[in-house]
Amino acid sequence: MKLAVVGAGAVGRSVVRMAGEYGHTVTAVADSSGAAVDSDGLGAEAVLSRKSARGSVGAADPGEALAAEYDALVEATPTTLGDAEPGFSHVRRALDRDRHVVLANKGPVAERYGDVRRLEDESDGEVLFEATVAGAIPVLGTIADYGPAQVTAVRGVLNGTANFILSRMAAEGLDYEHVLAEAQDLGVAEADPAFDVEGTDAALKCVILANVLGDGSYTLADAEVSGIVDIPPSALSLAQEDGRTVRLVGEATPTGIRVGPRLVSMDSPLAVGGTENIVQLETTHAGSLALRGRGAGGDETASAVLADVARLDR
Amino acid sequence: MSAVADVAETRRTYTVRLELVDEPGELMRALRPVAENGGNLLSVFHERGNLTPRGNIPVEVDLECSPGRFDDIVAGLRDAGVTVTQAGEDGYAEEVTLLLVGHLVDTDLSDTLATVESCSGASVADFSLDAPAGTDEQSSARLRLAVDPPQVSEVLSVVRDVADRKGLQVVEPLVEGER
Ligand SMILES: NC(=O)c1ccc[n+]([C@@H]2O[C@H](COP(=O)([O-])OP(=O)(O)OC[C@H]3O[C@@H](n4cnc5c(N)ncnc54)[C@H](OP(=O)(O)O)[C@@H]3O)[C@@H](O)[C@H]2O)c1
Repeated sequence: MKLAVVGAGAVGRSVVRMAGEYGHTVTAVADSSGAAVDSDGLGAEAVLSRKSARGSVGAADPGEALAAEYDALVEATPTTLGDAEPGFSHVRRALDRDRHVVLANKGPVAERYGDVRRLEDESDGEVLFEATVAGAIPVLGTIADYGPAQVTAVRGVLNGTANFILSRMAAEGLDYEHVLAEAQDLGVAEADPAFDVEGTDAALKCVILANVLGDGSYTLADAEVSGIVDIPPSALSLAQEDGRTVRLVGEATPTGIRVGPRLVSMDSPLAVGGTENIVQLETTHAGSLALRGRGAGGDETASAVLADVARLDR
Repeated sequence: MSAVADVAETRRTYTVRLELVDEPGELMRALRPVAENGGNLLSVFHERGNLTPRGNIPVEVDLECSPGRFDDIVAGLRDAGVTVTQAGEDGYAEEVTLLLVGHLVDTDLSDTLATVESCSGASVADFSLDAPAGTDEQSSARLRLAVDPPQVSEVLSVVRDVADRKGLQVVEPLVEGER
């Protein structure tokens, strides 16, 4: 397939680097200030080295990538709330041209799911978004295989940054600020960690899951969200004394969408350590099913993007 | 008990009320059948000075065991000559553990606990406070509640309300595998 990759951050760059190995051709790449376009295929090395040397992937206008020749648009610009722009307009452009869209960006399917589905209905293109929920873990593919109607609830640990902080605090008895600084040094937390530690990122993933399982009308406003910022080490040690621990758990159940710190047994499958993620599906006929693995990272997320591209290619 | 019979492996908390004659060693003797039948004692509330109509001392025992063993424990107590005044369905409680975080002491901790206790079908089975910077500062507490199963969501909402009112944070338990 021919891919246009919009957004050349951690995810977009990994898609560009890995696409060839998966048998695809990248015909366009854009970042916020420029684009590179070649309908015969761009050389990944040339694009990526120009990006690191000069700050942009190419001299063309970013809009040219959207107008380029491609089969699927890979949308990897920053996740934004509310109108989900510029991601939403990129989705619209591709669907108007009857092209497929593969999202890494959570905004369009968390905040405007109904609009995205409506545009998709009017298009020959399809929209897939495996990468938006739990990175490399094939949650949406599994739900699609099982049939969304057979999945009654989903719960999981969906933010690696928050999980890293909670598990370090519990293991070392250190306070939040200390572990956050350490996580930032390690590149596990962003300079502005609000999205991760306040629960917004996990909530967006739960909203996407609720949309897939339900009628598609949910947005972040429907989620009950609290983060981990106010959890002191004393709370973690009280939990530990009792064979338990605290995890930032997200739930999409028939009673609603909820993200918050929760007490779980130390032997619970949900008590994953470090940056790991886990997702549990409750099914009608097959009990509970768990999938765990890496929930973020450029290559990990790109592997989910390329799994969607393969689904479109079938 | 049919609702719990399916989950034979999970340990549950039960409350048993006994009547003991006021003799040395009687409590020890009375409680032996609990451990002998696979139960684990959580707490014993011995109401000395408060006699039952028969002139005995009422004792409330919280214990933990797998639901399949509970009837054996009650039978064991009765075989040992202990008067069991209440057990089984009425005394069956679900264990709910949660954390409270914030200015617990400044916001009248005993009132917080009393509010929880005032819910019908709920009692505080165990309580631990960790106030690392002294009681004027933020502290954390772990509460283990014994709750009548149909009351669990009601009790949790009472906890949430009192916490909201006092600016405390609640870390609720995750009920896994609920359908
Ligand atoms: N990182 C992960 O592990 C992960 C996992 C799952 C999902 N996601 C989602 O995937 C998306 C990309 O993540 P990331 O980590 O790669 O983000 P990132 O490193 O911040 O990169 C975002 C990229 O988008 C570009 N961009 C911004 N506005 C643009 C516009 N109007 N037109 C074209 N390009 C534009 C930026 O350009 P400049 O380079 O010029 O700034 C940058 O290259 C986000 O929505 C994120 O939520 C990420």
